[in-house]
Amino acid sequence: MKNKILIILLIFFLSFCFFVLFKSLQGSSIYVPEKEEGRQVSEFISEDLFTKKKITSSEIFQSSDYYILNIWASWCAPCREEHPQLMELSKNPSIKLIGLNYKDDPKKAKNFLKKLGNPFSVTITDKSGIVSIEFGGYGIPETFLINKDKKIIKTFIGNLTDDSVNQINSIVK
Amino acid sequence: MKLFKIFFLLAVILNSFTISFAEKNDQLTIKISKNLRCVICQGQSIYDSQSEFAVSMKLLIKKKIEEGLSEKEIYEFLIDKYGEWIVYDTGFNRNTFILWALPVLLFFLGGAIILKKLVFRKV
Repeated sequence: MKNKILIILLIFFLSFCFFVLFKSLQGSSIYVPEKEEGRQVSEFISEDLFTKKKITSSEIFQSSDYYILNIWASWCAPCREEHPQLMELSKNPSIKLIGLNYKDDPKKAKNFLKKLGNPFSVTITDKSGIVSIEFGGYGIPETFLINKDKKIIKTFIGNLTDDSVNQINSIVK
Repeated sequence: MKLFKIFFLLAVILNSFTISFAEKNDQLTIKISKNLRCVICQGQSIYDSQSEFAVSMKLLIKKKIEEGLSEKEIYEFLIDKYGEWIVYDTGFNRNTFILWALPVLLFFLGGAIILKKLVFRKV
């Protein structure tokens, strides 16, 4: 009787282990950081890509109901792909678009915007990559939708799609 | 000449203070970066990884230390941005209490079973 209970318990334990391992194999092992909605934007100082003047976050985030901060670089292929979507978003008068040029050559960055059009009201530079981390940036491209209280209300990791534009427009209206 | 000697001595003392302060900061940067996961090269720490993200993260840690933030404050800042996952050594909180308490509970449970068996054997 005791042996039977032991065997049943062992079978139960092994099946449980098999189930857990099988389930974990099915899921993705790549972690995407949690993005809590309503996270406050940190204060930072950066440099304007065109004027090369120092600019603070409080100077950037003023006079608009919504802001979109897009992390991009001229060397990043998906950034080129999402550019039409950013141009589309720039037509919305309720949104101020801010470009964060990540670890890029200023000349190439300016050429990129000259060729494909400049959707940004302000373009700031991040030569060391620190500003993107202070924003909680994960990769490039990455886009943050921020409200007038300087709170991040939505994050898009990877390039923007038509669906992302619709999502943003439905929030902003 | 005497004045020169005093100035020289002061310069040496000041220099050694600056060096020891910088060394202390570097050691703290290494300690913190060893306890942080790289978001890009998952499975590697920020200290080990050479990805662009890890390089920037090391610079950020250094900057935060120079700004006067403590080790705990730097972890809190990064957890706020990337979640608890970013640190290897998670603190004791409501999300991790099972992780910390389970080994202790199992230890006491095992001890109780062994003790009970020993007592029964004697009886």
